[in-house]
Amino acid sequence: MSDRSLDRLAVLEVARLSKRYPTGDLALREVDLRVDRGEVVALIGPSGAGKSTLIRCVNQLVQPTSGVVRLDGTEVTGLGSRALRRARRRMGMIFQEYALIERLTVMENALSGRLGYVGFWRSWFRRFPMSDVAEAFALLDRVGLADMANKRADALSGGQRQRVGIVRALMQRPELLLVDEPTASLDPKTSRQIMRLILELCAERGLAAIINIHDVALARQFAMRIVGLRSGAIVFDGAPGSLDAAALTSIYGVEDWSATLGQGAKDAKEDRSPQRGTLPDVERLAGLA
Amino acid sequence: MSASQPTAEAHTALAAQWRPPPLIASPVLRWSLILGGLAWLVAALVFMEINWARAAEGWARGVRFMAAFLPPDFISKSDDIAEGLLESVTMTVVSTVLGLALSVPVAVGAARNLAPRPIYLACRSILVVSRTFQEVLVAILFVAMFGFGPLAGTLTLAFATVGFVGKLLAEDIEATDPAQLEAMRATGGSWLQALTWGILPQVKPRLLGLSLYRVDINFRESAVLGIVGAGGIGATLNTSLDRYEFDTAAAILLLIILIVMACEYASGVIRKAAL
Repeated sequence: MSDRSLDRLAVLEVARLSKRYPTGDLALREVDLRVDRGEVVALIGPSGAGKSTLIRCVNQLVQPTSGVVRLDGTEVTGLGSRALRRARRRMGMIFQEYALIERLTVMENALSGRLGYVGFWRSWFRRFPMSDVAEAFALLDRVGLADMANKRADALSGGQRQRVGIVRALMQRPELLLVDEPTASLDPKTSRQIMRLILELCAERGLAAIINIHDVALARQFAMRIVGLRSGAIVFDGAPGSLDAAALTSIYGVEDWSATLGQGAKDAKEDRSPQRGTLPDVERLAGLA
Repeated sequence: MSASQPTAEAHTALAAQWRPPPLIASPVLRWSLILGGLAWLVAALVFMEINWARAAEGWARGVRFMAAFLPPDFISKSDDIAEGLLESVTMTVVSTVLGLALSVPVAVGAARNLAPRPIYLACRSILVVSRTFQEVLVAILFVAMFGFGPLAGTLTLAFATVGFVGKLLAEDIEATDPAQLEAMRATGGSWLQALTWGILPQVKPRLLGLSLYRVDINFRESAVLGIVGAGGIGATLNTSLDRYEFDTAAAILLLIILIVMACEYASGVIRKAAL
């Protein structure tokens, strides 16, 4: 905990964040959360616990009722529309159902990540700077979609679409990824590939990420830290290893957790080891910044 | 219920009682609507006065009227016809372009998922007003305001286009996938960028289809509007009918049909090429 108190490391600080919807539902209750540079946090919790609301409050797609969100020390809450758009550029978002523009090509979808950087007419005529297009090709290559650039997004498989979604988010050159149930529409193998890809890219770029995920085994396998949300309040915050049956019960309620925990441990042994070395450490990140 | 030892007989009994859910849940309302509808139908048949003798006589008149149209005469008034058609085509193109340019912003304003409440209500009322008044009524007003001629007709058609395209496009916008718009907002794009990237690709096929269909309608309507003095081929048609030149009128009608068919064919080709 002591190294996390260094201010320059915190990429995101959320303080006493509450959200009450017009319907009266209190989705978030005074949530405090701090995410450090390069840290990948899995946000778990039952449906309706406020996971989606929380990450949408971070980039202000949902207006919080009270509380503060700080990105790199700058307050995001209460920004004017222009300043807010600048802040959003630094937070890439990845969606559950990919949220690609289905009728546009893969390349156009990738370039849409640059909308915050180019003027309206440039975006209307698709006249993006050549460096942006080159970067999009490089990223598509990185995620294994090099020859798909001119395919329409709706011609792709689920896993391929989510890769395009990841590329779009990275095109923003973000410091933080907000990831909303990235694997909910994918099969188990593709889910693991996508999670591994997100983790690798975060490590390569020193990116922090908040990943909403309802698959506890997947969260334990890939995240560095797990935060458990229940009824809009954080009830667990710790390393994947410390997420035991008692913690799961406090998040989800009483259930037999032995299978969930057993599977997670086994997967972790198989999958975690090769990529451990690529996880970022503070010194390397200091160089990147 | 389910805890108390469910047996196979009990399930069979429940199955025998089960009915598909009715369209109208309240039996009182359902039966009064059915009986009321039947009563109205009977009353309508009883009170309708049909003069069968007059109808029989009218049949012969109809045949004579139709015969007067044959053979169609394209030649003797060919200059008038060409001028009228050209005027109608011009009215169609100008009114469709103008109407579309106006209906896109109105449709965005009339989409509940995009516009704040006051703008939504304002745009919806524009659409309602535009669709309430039949083209001929609007044309009469515009003829009074701007005088006889194609200007009044063009404005009428543009006005009607706003109501038609605006309403249907607004409904298509409301049916779009909100996630795509959200994703574009999340990139830090402006409102206009979010609109042109997050919404436009989703409604583009519909917008194209509506525009092509409206070209078609505007041309046909331009033939009617001439009757109230709003220019176009309708004026030529009206003149020929007034002068009992039914052969020329027949030629005009045939040309209108031909052009509408050409529009139909062209829109099919364009749609196929664009999607």
